[in-house]
Amino acid sequence: MINVQNLTKYYGPKMALNDVSFHVDRREILGFLGPNGAGKTTTMRILTAFTPPSAGIVKVDGYDVFTHSLEVRRQIGYLPESVPLYLDMTVREYLDYAAALRQVSPADKRISRTLEQVDLEAWAGTRIGKLPRGIRRRVGIAQAILHNPAVVILDEPTLGLDPKQIMDIRRFIRDLSGEHTVILSTNILSEVEQLCNRVLIINKGRIVAEDTPARLIARLEGGERIRLQTQHTPPQALDMLQALPPVARVQKIQNNVFEIEFIADSECRTMVAELVVQQGWGLLELRAIDASLEDVFLELTGESEKQG
Amino acid sequence: MNIVIITRRELTTFFLSPIAYVAGAIFLFVTGLFFYFTVAVDGQAGLGQVFSIMAVMLLLLAPILTMRLLAAETQSGTLELLFTLPIRNAEIVVGKFMAAFLFFLAILTPTALYVFILTWFGSPYLPAIIVGYMGLILLAAMLLSIGLLASAIAANQFVAATATIVTVAAVWIIGSLGLPYTDTPGAGFGYLTIQEHLTYFMVGLINVTDIIYFISITVAALFLTTRVLELRRWH
Repeated sequence: MINVQNLTKYYGPKMALNDVSFHVDRREILGFLGPNGAGKTTTMRILTAFTPPSAGIVKVDGYDVFTHSLEVRRQIGYLPESVPLYLDMTVREYLDYAAALRQVSPADKRISRTLEQVDLEAWAGTRIGKLPRGIRRRVGIAQAILHNPAVVILDEPTLGLDPKQIMDIRRFIRDLSGEHTVILSTNILSEVEQLCNRVLIINKGRIVAEDTPARLIARLEGGERIRLQTQHTPPQALDMLQALPPVARVQKIQNNVFEIEFIADSECRTMVAELVVQQGWGLLELRAIDASLEDVFLELTGESEKQG
Repeated sequence: MNIVIITRRELTTFFLSPIAYVAGAIFLFVTGLFFYFTVAVDGQAGLGQVFSIMAVMLLLLAPILTMRLLAAETQSGTLELLFTLPIRNAEIVVGKFMAAFLFFLAILTPTALYVFILTWFGSPYLPAIIVGYMGLILLAAMLLSIGLLASAIAANQFVAATATIVTVAAVWIIGSLGLPYTDTPGAGFGYLTIQEHLTYFMVGLINVTDIIYFISITVAALFLTTRVLELRRWH
């Protein structure tokens, strides 16, 4: 559906995207994950033919974004991060206007259906300027899906919303899957885990990882980590744990709580347990720690070094 | 088709905008006052002087009508929306220009009353009045297109309005640099100045060069506006 090859984008002398390549399949939900300023919005703006690429080829449904910009725009529904709306219009007027410019027909039917889809019927007659932020975001989404586009691109769709609103928006996005190809950007990791089939982690204008959320997590879980809590430990406990053969690293999290990293062998858990019992430290907790997407993200974007 | 949709949307906004009404009302009030003076006080059965005042008023009216058209879209970010809809820059520009132009015609329409009053009580030379209106409408098109260009360039509406007034005032007076010395290089300014081309219309004379002057500047300004929008995409 979408094919991006060696995409590079400069804003003046500043490089925003550096040789980015990826593809998106039909009806896939792809997440762009990355810190602010990583290049997520720039990539989306290029996909939506808002801004042209400096180099590289970007095709949506076979149409080049630069040479066939109008055809590309017909295929795409886009919610920019700033959620641009005409505040002087009512929700219905706004959708009427967008429907007319997109030549949606029959417009009335489509608008009613879209209002229903994003739960906006009650607000249809309200001036957009008077709407709360979460509802405005829904109006933006309504505009993006109004013409039943093949591709829906949502830039930070849940940014700045309260938990209830976030849940609503996520539900709408989940409803879109199966009918549309969806690309969304976020810097909330759990969102990607919940919504996306596949994740692109972008940092400093480059793709640093591309996989399913589950496999990205698995990738980081090379070794095994456990958390150990005891009733009391002598000062030399750290060294004693460290001395166990399969242990790679031990960290004292707080008094009597340790995080132990192994070289990948599940037998080691018994060894730790035996040691604790032998020494009479009083075992309170011993459990494996799953790596989270957060860890993957921090590792890949190099943030983990900064945080020690 | 897209042009019509954009024009309709912008016209609606004009008709709901207090600023546009106030500006239109002031335009009609001042020109009405001058109509009263020329007819009742001076006893003339012509609109020549009224047209001149309308032209001066237009210098202020045009920026007020156009300042919002593109600058507000840049300010609010809705330009990003328009840019990702399947419409061309030229359609955006022409659609918005037509809205301002039609709204100006709506403001101008009540002045037809002056013509009725003149023909009722006197016998004005109608062709001269028609030519005068023609000149005024051509001038309006030109000033509105310059205003639209400023609105595309400027970061906000007030900068757009100020830039338009300064530019237009400069073009208005630039001719006086050259006019008194018709044999000096400065004489070239004479062609650029608005007054030079407007004068003949105001007295009822049609000159092809004058028509070309107004239309060519209008088209050039609209074309430049589409290019400025294109630049906005590239940042």
